[in-house]
Amino acid sequence: MSAALDARLGRAWKKPPLIKRNWLRWSLIIGALIYFIAALASMEVNWSRVYEGLDRGWQFIIAFTSPDFGSRAADIREGLIESAIMTIAATVVGIAISIPIALGAARNIAPLPIYLICRTIVALSRALNEIIVAILLVAIFGFGPLAGFLTLSFASIGFLAKLLAEDIEDLDRSQAEAVKATGASWLQWINYGVQPQVMPRLVGLSMYRLDINFRESAVLGLVGAGGIGATLNTAFDRYEFDTAAAIILVIIVVVMVLEYLSGLIRKRMQ
Amino acid sequence: MLRLEKLSKTYATGDRALSEVTLDIPDGEVVALIGPSGAGKSTLIRCINRLVEPTSGRAILDETDITALRSGGLRQMRRRMGMIFQEYALVERLTVMENVLSGRLGYVGFWRSYFRKFPQSNVDEAYTLLDRVGLIEMADKRADELSGGQRQRVGIARALIQNPALLLVDEPTASLDPKTSRQIMRLIRELCDERGLAAIINIHDVKLAQMFVQRVIGLTKGVVQFDGPPDSLTEDVLTRIYGEEDWKETIAKEKAA
Repeated sequence: MSAALDARLGRAWKKPPLIKRNWLRWSLIIGALIYFIAALASMEVNWSRVYEGLDRGWQFIIAFTSPDFGSRAADIREGLIESAIMTIAATVVGIAISIPIALGAARNIAPLPIYLICRTIVALSRALNEIIVAILLVAIFGFGPLAGFLTLSFASIGFLAKLLAEDIEDLDRSQAEAVKATGASWLQWINYGVQPQVMPRLVGLSMYRLDINFRESAVLGLVGAGGIGATLNTAFDRYEFDTAAAIILVIIVVVMVLEYLSGLIRKRMQ
Repeated sequence: MLRLEKLSKTYATGDRALSEVTLDIPDGEVVALIGPSGAGKSTLIRCINRLVEPTSGRAILDETDITALRSGGLRQMRRRMGMIFQEYALVERLTVMENVLSGRLGYVGFWRSYFRKFPQSNVDEAYTLLDRVGLIEMADKRADELSGGQRQRVGIARALIQNPALLLVDEPTASLDPKTSRQIMRLIRELCDERGLAAIINIHDVKLAQMFVQRVIGLTKGVVQFDGPPDSLTEDVLTRIYGEEDWKETIAKEKAA
């Protein structure tokens, strides 16, 4: 029996802590607690204003029990069609542009200068929130779905390119290497060695983005970028809470259907 | 004929994987490359088709200096070197037929390969090879539906459809059971004999290597320690290559006696 074993026998075993230094671990825990309490205390709540607002909020919620699909049916239909066109067009354009950028943003495929350029494009697209881009584009192109379409395309590029690039970086190197060893050209290598490996991910991401774009189109309308959001905005402006409730219900149903469809397609793709 | 002249590779991390390896491998000779893990066996065969760029030295196949080729010439040269991989390295989501035909990528244009419109002669050759390795019924199955031994047969067909002059084989039996391992080694040896192919086979199983090759090269820390016929492998030689151990059971019986 070795001395190392002797010293250990009969002693309890505990998993080593993530942060080894005791003082550091405890100061981090206590610091986080103090910060949390201080943050809570710093929030100012005007309780009398909340009391007044409760009534308006209640009216809005009550409206959901009697949503009015009828009196603005034409507006709702028009807004939905506009949103659908914006969503589909922006997703298709987003996919088409994001694929080459994703290839460029994958370190295992692209040389450093191209990698940096593509990563910059991705970072730019992701750093600018949809609403901010939409406000800018509405200022340039005026009210309407064109600004919405461009905003969603721009946002889709960053989203799809980043996540697809990460999948490309995770690919099984030996499969790609084997294709390269046959004397394949670069494009053939991508088509045979890389594409089959990332295809399910690309389809899944695209479906997911389609559903995000539809939801975003509802928000973008609030800043004048057209679509179902514009219809919703008008309903709010007129205090037609029952129509607004109807629109929100329609949006929820469409998003749920898209969610279901994308799940179905992703399952089939494996 | 393949000739390596002082072929060396130092990785960016500073590891010297190969130092001045000089070898001649005549046409049609099947060579086993043995040595401990990390000895540079994989690096050596990858430096020949330049999946790994050698740091210095030359690799010459039939008078052409592979190490001096630029991208277009290198792609043409790679067509003449079929590679068979450890863990098969089939593209798993493609069909067996697509995997075999991918061996022709160096010969056909991009759009032809993109639309999978390979010349009829390639398709016929692919079927012939699949029949030869006993998998013709599997042609339209996806590669990940096959067993290990079957996948390696597809890998062999993919390498052969390139119509190579040389086979580079990286641990073909590393994840196969003993019986399948022998079948795969036998198949590789038979196909090399049928087609007059030279082959370099990285392999850990010394006994298996002795059964199927004409020559054994032992590599230790990137240096050739042994080069000779399989029956001249002795316990002393294995100790030189791998280090001290009891080697009696590792070498083919009649030689050890």
